Amino acid sequence: MKKYITDFTIVERKPFGNQYFALTLQHPDSMPEIAAGQFVEVEVKGERDVMLRRPISIHDVDYERNTLTLLIQIVGKGTKQLATLKVGDRLNLIYPLGHGFTVEGKNVLLVGGGAGTAPLLYLAKKFDSMGVRPTIILGGRTKDLIPVQEPFAQYGNLLIATDDGSQGEKGMVTQHSQFDQPYDKIFTCGPTPMMKAVARHAVSKGIDCEVSLENMMACGLGACLCCVCDTDEGHKCVCKEGPVFNAKELTKWMA
Amino acid sequence: MLEVKLHNLKLKNPVMTASGTFGYGEEFADFIDISRLGGIVVKGTTGERRQGNPYPRMAETPSGMLNAVGLQNVGVDSFCDKVYHRIKDIDTNIIVNVSGSSIEEYCEVASKINALENIPAIELNISCPNVKKGGMGFGTNPEMAAQVVGAVRKVYDKTLIVKLTPNVTSIVDIAKAVEDAGADSVSLINTMLGMAIDVEKRRPYLSTITGGLSGPCVKPVAVRMVWQVAHAVKIPVVGLGGISCANDALEFLMAGATAIEVGTANFIDPTVTVKIVEGLEEYCNRHGIKDINEIIGII
Repeated sequence: MKKYITDFTIVERKPFGNQYFALTLQHPDSMPEIAAGQFVEVEVKGERDVMLRRPISIHDVDYERNTLTLLIQIVGKGTKQLATLKVGDRLNLIYPLGHGFTVEGKNVLLVGGGAGTAPLLYLAKKFDSMGVRPTIILGGRTKDLIPVQEPFAQYGNLLIATDDGSQGEKGMVTQHSQFDQPYDKIFTCGPTPMMKAVARHAVSKGIDCEVSLENMMACGLGACLCCVCDTDEGHKCVCKEGPVFNAKELTKWMA
Repeated sequence: MLEVKLHNLKLKNPVMTASGTFGYGEEFADFIDISRLGGIVVKGTTGERRQGNPYPRMAETPSGMLNAVGLQNVGVDSFCDKVYHRIKDIDTNIIVNVSGSSIEEYCEVASKINALENIPAIELNISCPNVKKGGMGFGTNPEMAAQVVGAVRKVYDKTLIVKLTPNVTSIVDIAKAVEDAGADSVSLINTMLGMAIDVEKRRPYLSTITGGLSGPCVKPVAVRMVWQVAHAVKIPVVGLGGISCANDALEFLMAGATAIEVGTANFIDPTVTVKIVEGLEEYCNRHGIKDINEIIGII
């Protein structure tokens, strides 16, 4: 899949609490095909200590408006600087990067937590366009830490799990009453302990499972070999061979 | 106008890529016409396939980054059987960075690469800071450096560039030693040994604790070392360390480098190498320079 380097224009900025914000970026003409689970490398300008781009997963794509949306959690200097961007500002992206989700299955479960909910929206939209209505379980310590909810409800059966019971069922996503069901495929993205628990469950039940990993990256192109995950076949680049891996390849990672 | 020569190796321009920052070139072909470059130095290649160091092996630092990849690569046999056939017809100089843990391994890799028709040069890496055995160990001692270069010289008959580490008391002594041992050119600098600590977690950012520092923060040190070495040896010098624009490249050329390599900047802008080529042309036109060699080593 050909990759591009392009200046997008910010057409919408939406905060979600203090920790998250979404940027909708418009392409100057027309965007190439983007797979669910792919990401962009965003240039960060104006922060002295930030030199490298930041990898951000693609939250939504709208081919009619020629836009893509990034849901960003403020975690460090880079994302803090990105949070200062305003509508009308330009943002340089290298995209679409990485190997995305395999959109297959009839009875599918999407499990997300925190910023990991981001790529699942575009995945849910892809399923919707194929006439499949996924079950979607989103989790967080408390309801305010599940940034985006409503858009998911239009594409699937949205369920919530919170540690404090402030919304949905009380407990972790893996404890949700709809979690342990006979799905034919599970997709997950979120905090590593959550993804490991989901993947272990899927493997133990013989359910095909794809996980979207996040590692620190430099190039995003598979050149620097910094972001590797220790897969069963040895080190693989999360940026190029991932970020989506099948749980079958990740026995060592799951352990 | 931009043509330069490293020993017998003709470069259409002085701009090459630094090993480990440009993959095998293919990774950047979506963004630029890689045949516009003077050369591509591909990933460090060892006798056997290597997994490299455990994650995390990268940390961003002010105006730079630390890496501790540790020579992850497919191994020389897989390079010759598979990778070579994918890249051999790219219309530029494909140079293989040759690494190892012993003199025997360096010689094994060099002689296998010697047999590849479309690889006109190797860059002998005696300066990797991220491997336990060999690597920088060979490049920090003039006698050891001369030994490995002398041994490789016997099995390798094309252009032999030797990549030097800055983590020494006198890089000039090492450069002279490898020149005497038969190197056709020296490239410098490899990364500087560095370290960064996550104070919240109270542990180093890298799994290996220390790693190699690269990026704009090392550039003044690299320019100084290139200038010192260029005045001390007769063989051509390849300069690298933090080059991100044409003016950076010009600094190295004026300090005495015949060619330059671009490394970390490729991660930030995958088109930067071609911009540097265009920037050099623009500089020459603006200053009425007919041949870039006119400004090499003017300082």
